[in-house]
Amino acid sequence: MVFPFSAIVGQDEMINAIIIAAIEPRLSGVLIFGDRGTGKSTAVRALAALLPDMAAVAGCAYACDPVDASSLCESCRERQLQGHLPVHRVAVPVVDLPLGATEDRVIGALNLERALADGTKVFEPGLLARAHRGFLYIDEVNLLEDHIVDVLLDVAASGENVVEREGMSLRHPARFVLIGSGNPEEGELRPQLLDRFGLCVEVRTPTDIATRIEVVRRRDEYDRDPVSFTAKWQAANAILRDHILQARERLAGITVSDEMLEQAARLCIALGTDGLRGELTLVRAARAWAAFQGATCVGTAHLRAMTSPALRHRLRRDPLDDSLASTRVERVVAEVFAA
Amino acid sequence: MTIRAWSGPARENYLQNYRGLLAAKSAFRRMPLHISDQQILGGLDLPATLATGRAVMTSGLLGDCDGGVLVVAMAERISSGTAARLAAVMDRHAVIREQNSIATVHHARFAVVALDEGHDPDEAPPACLLERLAFTVAQSGLSGDAVWPDAAMVAQARESLGMIASSDDALAQLCSLAAALGIGSLRAPLFALRAARAAAALQGREAVAACDIALAARLVLAPRATQVPSAPADEKPEDQAEESAESQSPRDDQPEAVEDSISDAQKSVLPPELLAALAAGAGPKRASRGAGKTGDSTSLRRGRPAGTKRGALGGGARLNLIETLRAAAPWQRLRQTAVPGCKLKIRADDFRIQKFKEQTKSVAIFAVDASGSAAVNRLAEAKGAVQLLLADCYVRRDQVALLAFRGRVAECLLPPTSALARAKRSLAGLPGGGPTPLATGINAAREMAEAERRKGHQPLLVLLTDGGANIGRDGKPGRAAAAHDALAAARLCRGARLSCLVVDTAPRPQPFVAKLAGEMAARYVPLPYADPSHLSRIVQSQGDFRASSAA
Repeated sequence: MVFPFSAIVGQDEMINAIIIAAIEPRLSGVLIFGDRGTGKSTAVRALAALLPDMAAVAGCAYACDPVDASSLCESCRERQLQGHLPVHRVAVPVVDLPLGATEDRVIGALNLERALADGTKVFEPGLLARAHRGFLYIDEVNLLEDHIVDVLLDVAASGENVVEREGMSLRHPARFVLIGSGNPEEGELRPQLLDRFGLCVEVRTPTDIATRIEVVRRRDEYDRDPVSFTAKWQAANAILRDHILQARERLAGITVSDEMLEQAARLCIALGTDGLRGELTLVRAARAWAAFQGATCVGTAHLRAMTSPALRHRLRRDPLDDSLASTRVERVVAEVFAA
Repeated sequence: MTIRAWSGPARENYLQNYRGLLAAKSAFRRMPLHISDQQILGGLDLPATLATGRAVMTSGLLGDCDGGVLVVAMAERISSGTAARLAAVMDRHAVIREQNSIATVHHARFAVVALDEGHDPDEAPPACLLERLAFTVAQSGLSGDAVWPDAAMVAQARESLGMIASSDDALAQLCSLAAALGIGSLRAPLFALRAARAAAALQGREAVAACDIALAARLVLAPRATQVPSAPADEKPEDQAEESAESQSPRDDQPEAVEDSISDAQKSVLPPELLAALAAGAGPKRASRGAGKTGDSTSLRRGRPAGTKRGALGGGARLNLIETLRAAAPWQRLRQTAVPGCKLKIRADDFRIQKFKEQTKSVAIFAVDASGSAAVNRLAEAKGAVQLLLADCYVRRDQVALLAFRGRVAECLLPPTSALARAKRSLAGLPGGGPTPLATGINAAREMAEAERRKGHQPLLVLLTDGGANIGRDGKPGRAAAAHDALAAARLCRGARLSCLVVDTAPRPQPFVAKLAGEMAARYVPLPYADPSHLSRIVQSQGDFRASSAA
């Protein structure tokens, strides 16, 4: 039982970014920076209950997608050649990667139990395998150890986890949406990892007393009686779920005009972002946002709404300059859209 | 609840009393410092599995604690990983363990008592844990003469807790109070609300009253306060006075003419394109970081493989299967028994554990002489040099800490952090002026370096001074005594085998500073005029020098 997603008060930017990542998994992730106790973990964990079940190959350790033949793991491919794949419905995984997780927990390792008890070589899938087709959530991502970050970077780039250890040699698909949260005051994030996150949002504690009261009231109500609280919000959750499903269906049909592409390019040039991932992410995010808003093509408003989350973490920065990236983005947005 | 107090009868007594209030059969378990993951969350019991030939699972400590209390001993020293796992279980009220793609869920709803024995204000349990604990009790709050309620009363209050009503007013009050005290997290008012409700239940009331709210605010909100409503930030509420007294280092507020002149860091002495190049990532990059830059330490968990050793599994140690089999092979004939179907006999003795070499984090501790003489001389340039080194540390992913000494005290401006922007801010706000307590400064830096080493980090001490020591270790003025004390403090650094660097910031290189460096076994560098980039090269080569001397 988790706190209902639709019952989260405020934090619109974070909520929208998570929804967009759920609509368009190719955005590859959301980074949430902000203070403690602002509902970061709550929102991510609530996501699992919000999303509709997905079809998966029954008995597959990686929950392969039976529809997409190219993404099947080796064992599923073999079974497919032999005949029909059994399908069942499973919940979209939202997997926690705790700080201090060991490499074998993340990558997967030899199943020692089986190896010692009956001498068979069996692979025990790790967190990456479980996060396949779902979300991998890392709280305090900026404190994550370097060697785990290396693993994540590699797997996130290739969509495949290659295991070569303890005499095991295998590979399995691992495509997931990365969700990281942290407090930038406590440490920097490696630029390579920063770049892997499609969107970056900043959350702040609501300063408005009425909002704060509402947050505490709902949380308290939930804690005292989770069952009836969840039931109360079920309808709202269902509406949001339908919205997301519809947006996913519409996504392929959303057009992006050349004018919008040019606008996106101009934004990126003005901000001096490295590489082309900035433009690509911006356009994809704007398309998902347009789909969620029920539009048929990407408009200036969609592009504008997505500029900050898609670009604020891609600016070149002076390590000693602590001026907020957001303000720089806002300034450039005003300039580009005024022209 | 966090108890910030040292071990002693008062604390034991308090815990004993607390335990007396709990329901008769509830668990009261202690979590030792270096508990392994398997012990916390449960997992495979390897010896039992081997003995019986089928999987035997252990239930973890947290699962066992369900409905009871978990006492976290020496909470200020637990690793962030352990704290993160604990926090995740606390959030979900359950231990979720996945093995062979089957998730098992154990309910685990427990109270946590963290015993924080931190001495310095910086020495505190991980923030993610503190954030999730409602109350903080200081040493002074442990006095034995408090009247503890009867266990039966508490049990009754627990029964009636669900029925306690709380008005919206109470909620609004707690929320606005938390906001006024500068508490960002919304967990605080939530905890306060629950505390108020529990207080009302204990008093036998049916609804939360004003005094319950006041109590909850005092217990939950006051210790978290970061500001006093509409008052300057440097004053703290009375409730917190006891705790904050030790955390606020006394400031020397003598009004003197040269005092407190904040001299800006002079960027002009730095080649500007060097900083820009660093920012763009073109500066001395990781490539310059030699194999032993930060010094290596062996670890059982991560790093590059470096041989195997005999040992027990658990604690994240990884079995090297090949070596284990190799170790077991010669004994197979002797171990042969009549058990059919059992081909290989492996005993705990045969286990070979993979060892790894791990790069340790290094922490550069800057001790800056901010006295009047230094201020007159070249504080601005020293600041510029530190800034340059900071940028360097950023590239090398080192942590930095900043100490300043002037007047009679050494002040920790910044505990070790990798947030460079904060280091820069505290450097910019560093005022100069006053006499030079060189010995105190060196001692403070050494203590910090030793504390860092205890945490497994590699400290590098950088002392910037002009050598004009005129305050002794006892805080009394006098040049001769001060110089004597400073040299003694320097010898202690050598005794502690710290890697040090002494930067002479005097206009002309001072023989005394060179002597000081000699006593510290430190590298001595006179700060050259207008060439701090040279300095940053020296710190780099110091790292290499250290690696070669360690080899």
